[in-house]
Amino acid sequence: MTCSEFLALLDDLIDDSVTPETRAQLQEHLRGCDHCEVTLNTTRKTIEIYRSHEIYDLPPSLRERLHAAIMARCKKGC
Amino acid sequence: MSTIQLIAGENEPHPDVALVDRVRGGDVLAYDTLVRKYDRQIFRIAQHITQNREDAEDVMQDAFLKAYEKIDQFQGNSKFYTWLVRIAVNESLMRLRKRRTGKMVSIDEDIETDEGSVPRDLADWAPDPEQNYGQAELAEILRKTIQGLPQGFRIVFVLRDVEGLSTEETAETLGLSIPAVKSRLLRARLQLRERLSRYFRRKRGAEK
Ligand SMILES: [Zn+2]
Repeated sequence: MTCSEFLALLDDLIDDSVTPETRAQLQEHLRGCDHCEVTLNTTRKTIEIYRSHEIYDLPPSLRERLHAAIMARCKKGC
Repeated sequence: MSTIQLIAGENEPHPDVALVDRVRGGDVLAYDTLVRKYDRQIFRIAQHITQNREDAEDVMQDAFLKAYEKIDQFQGNSKFYTWLVRIAVNESLMRLRKRRTGKMVSIDEDIETDEGSVPRDLADWAPDPEQNYGQAELAEILRKTIQGLPQGFRIVFVLRDVEGLSTEETAETLGLSIPAVKSRLLRARLQLRERLSRYFRRKRGAEK
């Protein structure tokens, strides 16, 4: 397996949607290729960081204000 | 038994199904519950697309009002949440179009780029690299980095990886084919990785 073949399957590997045979081939490639191992690990980390950090939070006061506005209009039948 | 329950009832009916039914029966309080359940996500998605706080506030209100008005059109063959997200994405794009009058805005915008499809920065990252930054600083880095992605990549990444929609749901929400979602997701992930590398790479001499 070449690096570009590995890269083409990177998402499937990360999303855990590869067959056991393909997984074995990918792991075989990783054993001999530091570059792809770094790419895999840092891509996983990228996703994890975005998933676990709130970069646009909704402050409680704003949330209550928007909520009240929405419900007031819904009650009027919009 | 209503149609939605029949369709969703294959395994466990989703708890939203009962709430939507109550809303249809005129129970405004049930809608209150749905709004509280999803308002953060809708606000976040709107911010990611519009990149503007006031627009996101408007989008959030308009999306929930529109969903309420159209609740009878909700078919129940998709999740209520996915349906709501689709409304919010459309409202966000509409808002963008208004802001940049004359300029076409679509999820296909700026898509021709190979940036990041071949990883160039191959330096390993520091262990737990985010801990080298304060919370506010880290949030700023993450915001700046994702805002630099082409719109069509950014939306796919946000729906799929941040909000946890499936590939199929993302495709349906954005009106894209499944291969298009997959190809954008890969490129979005690789571009973000490449850009974050600048901040998170292991510093020379800092190896333990
Ligand atoms: Zn390789």
